[in-house]
Amino acid sequence: MRNPIRSEAEAFRFLILTIAAFTAIVVATALWGWVAGVLVWLLATVAIVVFYFREPSGEPRVREAPAPHDPGEYRVVVLANETVGSGELFDEVCRICKARDARVLVVAPALRDRTHTWTSDVDPARADAQARLDVSLANLAEAGIAATGEVGSGDPLTALDDALRTFGPDEAIISTRPVGQSNWLERDVVAKARERFDLPITHVIVEDVA
Amino acid sequence: MEAHAAPHHHGPPAAHASSRVNREVLGMFLFIASEVMVFGAFFAMYFFVRVVNSVEWPTPPFHLPVYVAGINTLILVTSSFTMHWALTSIKKGNRAGMQAGLVLTVLMGLTFLLTQLLEYSRVGFAPSDGAFGSVFYGLTGLHGAHVLVGLTILTFMTVRAFRGHFSPEHHDGVEIGGIYWHFVDVMWIVVYTTVYIL
Repeated sequence: MRNPIRSEAEAFRFLILTIAAFTAIVVATALWGWVAGVLVWLLATVAIVVFYFREPSGEPRVREAPAPHDPGEYRVVVLANETVGSGELFDEVCRICKARDARVLVVAPALRDRTHTWTSDVDPARADAQARLDVSLANLAEAGIAATGEVGSGDPLTALDDALRTFGPDEAIISTRPVGQSNWLERDVVAKARERFDLPITHVIVEDVA
Repeated sequence: MEAHAAPHHHGPPAAHASSRVNREVLGMFLFIASEVMVFGAFFAMYFFVRVVNSVEWPTPPFHLPVYVAGINTLILVTSSFTMHWALTSIKKGNRAGMQAGLVLTVLMGLTFLLTQLLEYSRVGFAPSDGAFGSVFYGLTGLHGAHVLVGLTILTFMTVRAFRGHFSPEHHDGVEIGGIYWHFVDVMWIVVYTTVYIL
């Protein structure tokens, strides 16, 4: 089935169909009375329903399952905000990956305040997160660690949840500022992540953010 | 630093095949589904009053401004075309086209709303004038409220468009607002046809 409002283009097409159907109803009613109008309405409704149910969506089904691990491969997901480029985090990732066939996914949530959230103004936050991510990935690549990265949801737990579904990590690292300076710790993100997700979670505290 | 493994499984459900709809669009989809139900309740009231109770429509001595509302309908429908143009433009990297499309859409939406308010002031009956008045103001007012919400969304989109947001790759803000605007138009086609013409 094709969803009539899955995109703006689909919604626009549905609008055109609605205009056509209701024009036909009005014309039929004007020419032959209300019974004809009701009949046209029934026919149009059935035709539109059949049209949407019979037409294939034409899009491949996306499977949100993690790619299978290679034998012996160890996967680490790193969740970090402004601390993503810090030395402490870099050292911890290197320690975990040392002497292992490790793959790292760095997730940098797009941090935004409530005003920007409510106005859907996410682009600057995503650009900032991407810039921080690029620095971190460059450092890891320099250290010879196979790492990829993505800008995640502004909600750190959602970002971690997404990474779990698509990356399938064996371990997670959450990097924050110290208590009193960290918004994530104020929201108890690390404790909630440990309660919600069934995998070892290392908490890295970064004292100084460049 | 500390490491800790949770003692119980609280993990996410097993990986699944996605619905192929991203979260933002799914949110709008569910919102529109709830809106269809709200409009459904108002249309049920309309059909009950008009068909079951056989109330004459419009109840004499009142008249509905069919032609003015018809012109207003054309304006609103045209605004959907400019909305579509705006999104098509940004998909092709045409920023000026998107900005022009959004500005025109806002202006036409505003014209529609102001014309409707003018219509209310001159139509000659009030919501308290029997079931006919209640149904008329209920349905058109509910739709007007949706136009107002749509205009608010469109205004944010337009401001963002002029601030350099959106690109051929990232334009969810325009896409989702566009879906809502087309929904508002579809509902007006139904309201105008049933309330004013038939």
